[in-house]
Amino acid sequence: MTTRTFVRTAFAPNEPPPLEADSTASRFARSLFATPANFALTVLSVGIVALVLPPLIRFLFLDATWSGTSRDDCLANAGACWPFVRAKFGQFIYGFYPAAERWRPNLVLAFGALLLAPLLIPAAPFKRTNALLFFGVYPVVSFVLLTGGNLDLQKFLLGRFLQWTTVAGVGFGIGLRWAFWTDFLFSAVVIVALVAALAALLRASVFAAVTAAGMVLAGLGIILLAVDLDFGLAPVETRSWGGFLVTLIVAVTGIVVSLPLGVLLALGRRSRMPAVRYACILFIEFWRGVPLITVLFFATYMLPLFLPRDVTFDTLLRALIGVALFAAAYMAEVVRGGLQSISRGQHEAAAALGLGYWRMMGLIILPQALTLVIPGIVNNFIGLFKDTTLVLIVAIFDLLGQIRASFADPNWATPVTLYTGFAFAGVIYFVFCFGMSRYALYIERRTAAYGRGS
Amino acid sequence: MNVAMSTPTPAEHTLVAVEMAGVHKWFGQFHVLKDINLTVMRKERIVICGPSGSGKSTLIRCINGLEQHQRGRIVVNGTELTRDVRSLDAARRDVGMVFQQFNLFPHLTVLENCTLAPIWVRGLSKAEAEMRAMHYLERVRIPEQSYKYPSQLSGGQQQRVAIARALCMNPKIMLFDEPTSALDPEMIKEVLDVMIELAQEGMTMLVVSHEMGFAREVADRVVFMDDGQIVEINGPDEFFARPRHERTKLFLSQILR
Repeated sequence: MTTRTFVRTAFAPNEPPPLEADSTASRFARSLFATPANFALTVLSVGIVALVLPPLIRFLFLDATWSGTSRDDCLANAGACWPFVRAKFGQFIYGFYPAAERWRPNLVLAFGALLLAPLLIPAAPFKRTNALLFFGVYPVVSFVLLTGGNLDLQKFLLGRFLQWTTVAGVGFGIGLRWAFWTDFLFSAVVIVALVAALAALLRASVFAAVTAAGMVLAGLGIILLAVDLDFGLAPVETRSWGGFLVTLIVAVTGIVVSLPLGVLLALGRRSRMPAVRYACILFIEFWRGVPLITVLFFATYMLPLFLPRDVTFDTLLRALIGVALFAAAYMAEVVRGGLQSISRGQHEAAAALGLGYWRMMGLIILPQALTLVIPGIVNNFIGLFKDTTLVLIVAIFDLLGQIRASFADPNWATPVTLYTGFAFAGVIYFVFCFGMSRYALYIERRTAAYGRGS
Repeated sequence: MNVAMSTPTPAEHTLVAVEMAGVHKWFGQFHVLKDINLTVMRKERIVICGPSGSGKSTLIRCINGLEQHQRGRIVVNGTELTRDVRSLDAARRDVGMVFQQFNLFPHLTVLENCTLAPIWVRGLSKAEAEMRAMHYLERVRIPEQSYKYPSQLSGGQQQRVAIARALCMNPKIMLFDEPTSALDPEMIKEVLDVMIELAQEGMTMLVVSHEMGFAREVADRVVFMDDGQIVEINGPDEFFARPRHERTKLFLSQILR
């Protein structure tokens, strides 16, 4: 019997959901063996695991040689030759960095870890100071520690046009030269004056312009002073750097430079100013159209042919610049994807509130866009981390390069040396890449909180 | 309020909030605004209605420069809108806007949505901005939601936050672009109530809306647009009781049943 009218007399209470009727085990079995196809896939998967895993465990652990001092200790066993890794460990990490000076890269790595860890932990305090130290101070300190500093700077800007002959050779005795530093001071005054004149011409605030220019020049001066001072550190050429140290330097520089540069390029590509837009498109498409190997090769062997004779760049520096620009072009496209997914309404709401372009981008658009493309960004970082190994092509020996170089040592020539070395490299790369991936997932979950609703 | 229909003399000029004279605009080849002449006085409430595609939204979006007009002149609070960015900044300083889709910033809490522009554009301290934000959030009756993210609020609540966000900039003129069109029926009233209060306090308002009850209650004048032009302007009583233009009669017969 149906009724035409219905009026509820009492509201139904909220109840907890019913318990799953069957146990975890039976659900497991059901999903693995439900159909003949499922059954076949399950058997196949188990078969593959059974085929691969036991030999791997046997090689890496059970049959491995764990102690010893030479190849003779490893010849007896069929498994990995871990003493080889132990003996070569220093070389894998530092390359041919002089053993007596290895405290310097150690210090750099320790500083890096100390500064990076609190930066990555969202709850850690003093983020701004921390970021300033990591992105501003740390690179300079690392540079001085690793190279030894004391660059013996000769000319700044004016010195290139004028001759400072009278005082050119005179130094302070602490690694500084009169010629350079008077040049720097005069150049700074000239630059500030030019900036002030330009500001006056454009009817902008002269005081603000002079302050900004002064601060940039002061910062530059401090950096130059730091790298020019003689701290009494023995110089270590980048040629003797190597191993994991180089891998980290190339990867971290690439990562730290490519993100901001990529963001700028992405914004430029969406700019309404045609000159900016086309310049960015040209840059991005050029770097994306060329293989990284070509870039490195070009930077190292071809560039010197085009540059003036007295302009020399360090090989590692060239590779760093090449990798960073290459990565930035890829990053730009990832970021652009994020920018495109932000609705026009967000731009309009920000504009209607009176926010200018940079504030709109920095406060409203980029925080949302970058959050959306975290998977793509991390994908790039991981790709970059592994691509660093291509610097081998220009005779820079990163971790993999060092490991391969060490295979040539007759003292450790065994049938398993090769596999042991690559297994070690694989573990190192995996730890870092997997770490990045997990951290990115964590940040994704954190930042996505606002999108999930209550 | 008939004075608003005539061109103001210089003495009256300070009483004019928005003046649009001979404004034209095109989207590509499409002539979207045709010869718009509208003068809005201080404290006046204007409701703009008309069929979709008639150019209502484009008209009010020209007032804060979200769209640029191509002919004619628009003066907002004494500042003429030109290609100069500074005139745009000056106009936006005085004009708040509420959108159909709310357009709250989803990555910021309700409170941060309200304090962002006062801090970064007006240069208020964080404490001042938060005090002001809480003041307006109380006025739109959601102070207790200030720590939540927009996605955790209902549509009506989000739109009230959007109104509070605009008010935090202390605008002299408020633009509403179909503020209730994206809302569930049950939530329309809570937003309209806030708007009515705002009108009673003397805010200059231009509202694109099909809420005829709202127009009847608070509008000083109702503007009817069709095909990119203003077809009829009249006081609400006259407008609804005795529409003069055939197009207006047809429109009203469609929506008032």
